[in-house]
Amino acid sequence: MMRSVNGNTLLRLALVGAAAASLAACASKPKPTYPTQAPPQTQPQAPPRTELPPAAPVTQAPTGALPGSTEDFVVNVGDRVYFDTDSHDVRADATPLLDAQSAWLRRYGAVKVRIEGNADERGTREYNLALGARRANSVRDYLVEKGVTADRISTISFGKEQPIDAGSGEASWDKNRNARTAVVSGAR
Amino acid sequence: MTRSLRSFSAPVMAMVLLGLLAVFLAAPARAEIEVNVNRGDVQPLPVAVPAFGGTQGADIAQVIAANLQRSGLFRPLDPASFVEKNLTAAVQPRFGDWKTINAQALVNGQVTVEGGKLRVDFRMWDVFAEQQMLGLQFTSSPENWRRVAHKISDAVYERLTGEKGYFDTRVVFVAESGGRAKVIKRLAIMDQDGANPSYLTSGDSIVMTPRFSSNSQEITYMSLRPDSSSIFLFNLETARRESLGAFPGMVFAPRFSPDGGKVAFSVERGGNSDIFVMNLSSRTSTRLTSDPSIDTSASFSPDGARIVFNSDRGGSPQLYLMGADGSGQRRISGGGGRYTTPVWSPTGEFIAFTKQTGGEFHIGVMRPDGSDERLLTSSYLDEGPTWAPNGRVLMFSRETPGGPPKLWTVDVTGRVLQPMPYPGAGSDPAWSPLLN
Repeated sequence: MMRSVNGNTLLRLALVGAAAASLAACASKPKPTYPTQAPPQTQPQAPPRTELPPAAPVTQAPTGALPGSTEDFVVNVGDRVYFDTDSHDVRADATPLLDAQSAWLRRYGAVKVRIEGNADERGTREYNLALGARRANSVRDYLVEKGVTADRISTISFGKEQPIDAGSGEASWDKNRNARTAVVSGAR
Repeated sequence: MTRSLRSFSAPVMAMVLLGLLAVFLAAPARAEIEVNVNRGDVQPLPVAVPAFGGTQGADIAQVIAANLQRSGLFRPLDPASFVEKNLTAAVQPRFGDWKTINAQALVNGQVTVEGGKLRVDFRMWDVFAEQQMLGLQFTSSPENWRRVAHKISDAVYERLTGEKGYFDTRVVFVAESGGRAKVIKRLAIMDQDGANPSYLTSGDSIVMTPRFSSNSQEITYMSLRPDSSSIFLFNLETARRESLGAFPGMVFAPRFSPDGGKVAFSVERGGNSDIFVMNLSSRTSTRLTSDPSIDTSASFSPDGARIVFNSDRGGSPQLYLMGADGSGQRRISGGGGRYTTPVWSPTGEFIAFTKQTGGEFHIGVMRPDGSDERLLTSSYLDEGPTWAPNGRVLMFSRETPGGPPKLWTVDVTGRVLQPMPYPGAGSDPAWSPLLN
């Protein structure tokens, strides 16, 4: 834990002291930019992740995201998991990412999140609002079970109102059935 | 001639008694033309609506003809075919001229503007019986000429079908703009023929599922923000808007009770959605369902005694019925497929719904006991029916893959399916009661 704090402090100093160099370093990385908001993901599922190592944040944040920041969460942990049609069960391929979310949230204990449930367009509006709420709560329950305190997590459903893929077809629907964990406050 | 049965067991539709034409011609003065709304196997009734005399007389006639045409029960004849020209409401038509073009009914009138008031005198004639069926006068302000035309349309419809019309009504809906990924949703209102559209909200929050009170110009709708949802009441005459209040969890799917005194809605907490009803004068809420499944989209019967709703407690979304106090919950939808958005008809005889089956969406109707299910439409995405106040026509939204939603209507027989004459993108239509 101490190592982690030290590492963060070092990084912060490095960023403050050498912003230009740091930015230049960022620009040379394979990912040229990092987003200020959750980017629309182009894959239906995030790559599986193992638990983040406790330290060495410089090498673990190749886009330059500050550990504990919203960018760090979005880029290095992943903010979205996906669901099967008509289902709110957490899929097996979503658990590594949710495990990483819970680890990150336990590490940065001041962060509060809102889980936003989403549904694809193949349902009617009100039922899909209820279905999205179920998905958000499935993620919430998983994170709570993994040790994140419940009062740090709120939920909402956007139903089918906010698709991340505007297309129509299985590939688009796969992406639009998801729950996004949005950092609300407490991030660095 | 006796009025037709209102029974719906037969394939429903406009029946024009063309077959009895000979009877009309030979019959004594009591014989009348009549449109039977309960049968669908005959042609629409040919009617003539020549331009009314006076200022905007042609406009008024066009609105009337368009209303009658869209009902599917009438076929307005091409004015170019008319033999008698410049017919006024002051003289009897030359019936022979109208028989020649086989006009069964003739609607003519005169517009007068006096002292800043618009007066419209109109008459409807049974051409082959050579008798007047209707003679009425409407007075209003000149800018209200479309409403006068709608009221005349309602009078003609009622006189010929024996049922109330639905033309002097409005539709509240969600106007959509900005494309699917960045959609802006604004509450909007327009006449039932798509005229006079205007926005009611600014678009700074997502609005959904407006519903009219069945006895006033008041609506209830849901608003969704990034971190919360609310249900609003909105009086269209006073522009007064108020929230139903704060609830733990999401609130959605509001519907008025028939007397306007209560609102049924869904509250979601911990992923479980249940139906509550709030008394609007005491502001107390009662929980009606407590199943751990999704319970939503409540709709009252016209007598207020029962509620049809949507639940997936049996494993897939189906339609259920209960008493208005939550008692006696039982499933009524039986077929395969997913049933959602039940809406009780204003007459009480049907429940309209959205059904998903075989990769398609349908608007359908069934009786309140679940029998006599009929699917009226089929497309990539049809959703969210609302009833015209006479229970003869449904409006809903239709989407093509990747396209914006558009408003469509279908009559309760399924024969008369057409897009609304409103060019923009719209969803979640809610049909008003007849205006006063």
